[in-house]
Amino acid sequence: MNHWIIAPVVLPAFVAAVMVIMLRGQLGLQRIASLAAILALNAIALALLWSAATRGPEAYFLGDWPAPFGIVLVLDQLSALMVALLAALALICALYAIGSGWDARGAHFHPLLMFLLMGIAGAFLTGDAFNLFVFFEVLLIASYGLMIHGGGPARTRAGIQYIAFNLIGSSLFLFGLALLYGVTGTLNMADLAIKLPALPEGDQALLRVTAVMLILVFAIKGALVPLQFWLPGTYANAPGVVAAMFAVMTKIGAYATLRFGSLVFPPDLAATGPLLQELIQPAALVTLAVGAVGVLGATTLPRLAAFGGIASMGTVFLAISAFTPQSSAAALYYILHSTLATAALFLVADLVARRRAHVRLTDTAACAQTGLIGALFMAAAVAIAGMPPLSGFIGKLLILDAFRDQAPLVWSAILVSSFLMILGLARAGSQLFWKPVPDSPPVRPGPEPLAFAAAILALAGLAALTIFAGPVTAALNATAQSLYDAQAYLAATRLGGTP
Amino acid sequence: MEALLASAIGLLTAVGIYLMLRQRTFSVILGLTFLSYAVNLFLFASGRLAVNAAPIIGLTKPYADPLPQALVLTAIVISFGMTAVIMIMAIGGYLSAGHDRIDLDRGADE
Repeated sequence: MNHWIIAPVVLPAFVAAVMVIMLRGQLGLQRIASLAAILALNAIALALLWSAATRGPEAYFLGDWPAPFGIVLVLDQLSALMVALLAALALICALYAIGSGWDARGAHFHPLLMFLLMGIAGAFLTGDAFNLFVFFEVLLIASYGLMIHGGGPARTRAGIQYIAFNLIGSSLFLFGLALLYGVTGTLNMADLAIKLPALPEGDQALLRVTAVMLILVFAIKGALVPLQFWLPGTYANAPGVVAAMFAVMTKIGAYATLRFGSLVFPPDLAATGPLLQELIQPAALVTLAVGAVGVLGATTLPRLAAFGGIASMGTVFLAISAFTPQSSAAALYYILHSTLATAALFLVADLVARRRAHVRLTDTAACAQTGLIGALFMAAAVAIAGMPPLSGFIGKLLILDAFRDQAPLVWSAILVSSFLMILGLARAGSQLFWKPVPDSPPVRPGPEPLAFAAAILALAGLAALTIFAGPVTAALNATAQSLYDAQAYLAATRLGGTP
Repeated sequence: MEALLASAIGLLTAVGIYLMLRQRTFSVILGLTFLSYAVNLFLFASGRLAVNAAPIIGLTKPYADPLPQALVLTAIVISFGMTAVIMIMAIGGYLSAGHDRIDLDRGADE
């Protein structure tokens, strides 16, 4: 048994506990421990990615209990990819938090970040539906703390909304899991994949209700219309670096939808059939439209970034909704791209916000270092709108290619929404950087090389994704293929299938 | 007994949803609590109802399914913790803003 599979969960949990108990109040040591843990997490994630690509899926039986009686973690190419993405984003956000001094504005930033990493890594790795719920709660409770980091009335009240929404989502998740257990008698994902095709006729309606409930939960996480309204208020009020870290949290909804839609409720399952596709695709198209119009009409810079994030989730869910290997590979590429692009936009927005009198997109004094920050904003805007030369363009091309047969609807939705986003971002950019009104002296924080390095690192990731698009898409195609051929996954859990 | 439990779950859910749609954080939190009661009962019932049955094979016949009992324990602990968190947040929000409306002020993030 490969014990490294559980390392992305155990390592942050251990470091967080050490920080809370032994390094309490010692910010310098906490920063060192946090960076060391995240670098180690990056190394582990890359090793796991290599292992999953070369040796196929592998299961980790907790306490050596056989599945489905114990909890299993399953490392396959998809979960390894998501953990690697999480580790990369964590490095960027930790560097930015240290460089900009966000982590000094309240207690326990780094321990909460570690618990967040633990929860997200667990959610990506687990092979058990109830365990997925538990890891959702772990990451949520850490995210509540991070969301209100730094305090303030507006942030606290936005935090209450965020918590209330997620509590409703958790209740819905539990209802769905209880139904699933009542119908099948198991919550192990591989066991579900084996048992659901043989479900008696009378239970199929219940199973459809279950599938819709679970998709609703993942839609709340992934900010799919009509369940997106928590996101702008939360992200716009959260500290900029936390909003950037949350860019991977919406992707958990996308990951869970992809996992359940390919393993538990595959398109060829008689009970659900094309149900998921028919639900998700219209919702994704509307999400894309809402995000694009939101970018066009945003009144503040953080809101602009939040709606850019919503639009990118619409694109991701649109690509997922076809549930074919080709479209899933495109969705995975866009997940990698949009996580880094959304994070970069939030980091640049935070750089601007701390150099300006306010974040409203109206006339005010120019921010300090306009040239460099303007260039960074330009690059982030190009990325989030999906224009060449950055990777969003390639991601959108892959998605357009996957939807050749629905070209009139899908192509026009993607292209028109991209145009609206370009308009909105161009308007915001010219307002921010080209229309200075010398009404108040500009805010000049001290030099922050590390914060700039973090934003540039996110953009460099996008550039690397563009330059190495060939090998990356080849690997993602293999990942997507393995999703729809579950035999190796089932064999890894020793429940069935052929390796 | 099935009818009693089912109607209890339905009633708790209805009360929870009604209270959640109110505009004050206190009612919303009460609503979330009712909803979590409903979901805990529902989760418990997913292992089928069995009276006077032990969750251990061999002690009684028929035996009760132990897994939903373990699941519901987990769910109770989590919902309890989450309610505590939102309660603290609500008190903090009330003290800092001076009122407990759940909706955000227009342009609060500006």
